[in-house]
Amino acid sequence: MLDSPSNALVSVRNLKMHFPIFAGLFRRKVGEVKAVDGVSFDIIEGETLGLVGESGCGKSTCGRSILRLYDITDGQIEIDGRDIGQTSQSYLREMRPTMQMVFQDPQASLNPRMTVEAIIREPLDEHTKLSDTEKKEKVYELMDAVGLNRRFAKRYPQAFSGGQRQRIGIARALALNPKFIVCDEPIAALDVSIQAQVVNLLEDLQEQFGLTYLFISHDLSMVRHIATRVAVMYLGKIVELAPREALYADPLHPYTKALLSAVPEPDPALATKKERVILQGDVPSPANPPKGCNFCTRCPAVMGICKTQEPEYREVEPGRFVACHNFNDQ
Amino acid sequence: MLTYTIRRLLLSIPTLLFIALVIFLLLELAPGDPMGQMPLTIPDDVKQRMREALGLGEPWYTRFGLWLYQFFVVEPQYWIDGAFGTNFAEGKQRIISFQSRSPVFDTISERIPQTLWVVGMSYIVGILIALPIGIYSAYRQYSVFDQAGTFITMIGFSIPPFFTGPLLIVIFAVQLGWLPSVYDTTHVVRDWDTFVTQFKQMILPVMVLALQTTAQIARYMRASMLDNLGQDYVRTARAKGLGESIVVMKHVLRNSMIPVVTVIALGIPSIFGGAIITEQVFKVNGIGQLLIIAIQGNDIPMVMTLTFLFAVLIVMFNIIADVLYGVLDPRIRYD
Repeated sequence: MLDSPSNALVSVRNLKMHFPIFAGLFRRKVGEVKAVDGVSFDIIEGETLGLVGESGCGKSTCGRSILRLYDITDGQIEIDGRDIGQTSQSYLREMRPTMQMVFQDPQASLNPRMTVEAIIREPLDEHTKLSDTEKKEKVYELMDAVGLNRRFAKRYPQAFSGGQRQRIGIARALALNPKFIVCDEPIAALDVSIQAQVVNLLEDLQEQFGLTYLFISHDLSMVRHIATRVAVMYLGKIVELAPREALYADPLHPYTKALLSAVPEPDPALATKKERVILQGDVPSPANPPKGCNFCTRCPAVMGICKTQEPEYREVEPGRFVACHNFNDQ
Repeated sequence: MLTYTIRRLLLSIPTLLFIALVIFLLLELAPGDPMGQMPLTIPDDVKQRMREALGLGEPWYTRFGLWLYQFFVVEPQYWIDGAFGTNFAEGKQRIISFQSRSPVFDTISERIPQTLWVVGMSYIVGILIALPIGIYSAYRQYSVFDQAGTFITMIGFSIPPFFTGPLLIVIFAVQLGWLPSVYDTTHVVRDWDTFVTQFKQMILPVMVLALQTTAQIARYMRASMLDNLGQDYVRTARAKGLGESIVVMKHVLRNSMIPVVTVIALGIPSIFGGAIITEQVFKVNGIGQLLIIAIQGNDIPMVMTLTFLFAVLIVMFNIIADVLYGVLDPRIRYD
């Protein structure tokens, strides 16, 4: 059922990232935060997979784990035909040029003591054998590609606006011609007018360099704009994965329905008619998730089985995956 | 940056004048008599004439004004004369010590080398030990090394040198007999053997003082490294595929050094100030010991001049630390 399509660039199977909790006098391990708890999906070459969910559901952890910025608890990750799930960090360094990341906070993720040129150039120093002039030319090309003026090369990150800093981050990620880029909420720290610029830039670059994105966001309308397929996460698990149009037109999982009903409707006439699903209660702690389905404590369509048995994540229609007991008979 | 530095230097002038006034008035208000240690057989009226000969008959503002004139005009003129063979200071009164009746600055320049050797060396040794400990402790937070390092630096922080000094003397000089307990300032380094003797007599005082420096700087280094290790740009550096040594040494360490360098710069005046207690313990006749003896003998010109020189150094190194901050951290702009 989950056999990876032949053209999958990234394939993730049963990925788990649990963070231990230490407490007490001797700092013994007393439990773990199940930030990502058994996630499986494929990303097809050239597509953008949107990963949405509310704060704290494990989106960012999932993105970082796929690039092995964490040492994962369990699972397989295959990027560009190579299994990187358990490889050592030193071996992974050689893989880094293929997979890059654009970080959420463009201020904090750039070293404040390095100039723009030094930031973009450092991966080239580390992974290529270009001459000094070639590197310089490459840095300028990248700055052109992301729409930064070449005159800014000698400036420090704090001299730029948020949008410009995010462009520096993108140029840095592009420096080694990666195939796969994880965009970890790249627009969350930017204001709305700049968000559109950055998203358009990402789309242009995708076309130009044939990139594959995992686009992590909580902005549903932005994901609808950029993504080819969308995965919805809740409490460390993917509850639904579907092509964009199908998901937005006809969400299957009760959580997706609730999430989509929270998107504001611009037309006031339609807005009054719109049915709003309001979830009761809070998200359970990922250190102590409920028995059975993770969503059973808040689900409007909860059944008896939901509280005892974990729903299977499976394909209910071609290309549409859902983890919900309501679709057991399909 | 230059305008900022000049502005700070100009602002330091009134600050220093005010400090000079406060020190002078404190000494004026303090009890004590320069004649207190003279033999009791000297009649009172003779003592009174001696006090007047020292200039103590004048009101305080006259003496303060004269001291300022001597410190800021006569002494610099004297140095210029010494350097260029001119005679600006011809016939003018220099600042004279009450005790030794010789110019205060001559005594200070005799004492400064001992202090710089012992205290300065301990500062350098302390920094060289502290930085690797701080870096490694932070990198392996909560490891055995970190726990041990934190514990030892806490001990170094809390035990005063008047305890560690005699303790080390008892162990290494008395029990084991490896090292001398007294620092011989008349010792001259001529060849290898005399160098070894000099090295041996420096070990104990340098180690006692270095323990304090190490404790302080290792803690700053560790805290600063921990602060930066958790930053997002460190994750960026790892995502770039940089080696761990480059991530730590280039990205983390350089950013972490900013506060540590300022702490180091702010500690430098205390080298010149000498380590009063440690110099006493090991009989190093440096600046600290000079100050103690001058205070005991009510040698007002000496105490006044030394204290004021410390104040100048502290103010100057504060400015240097602030300027260094601006040089090291591109986020800080002073103009």
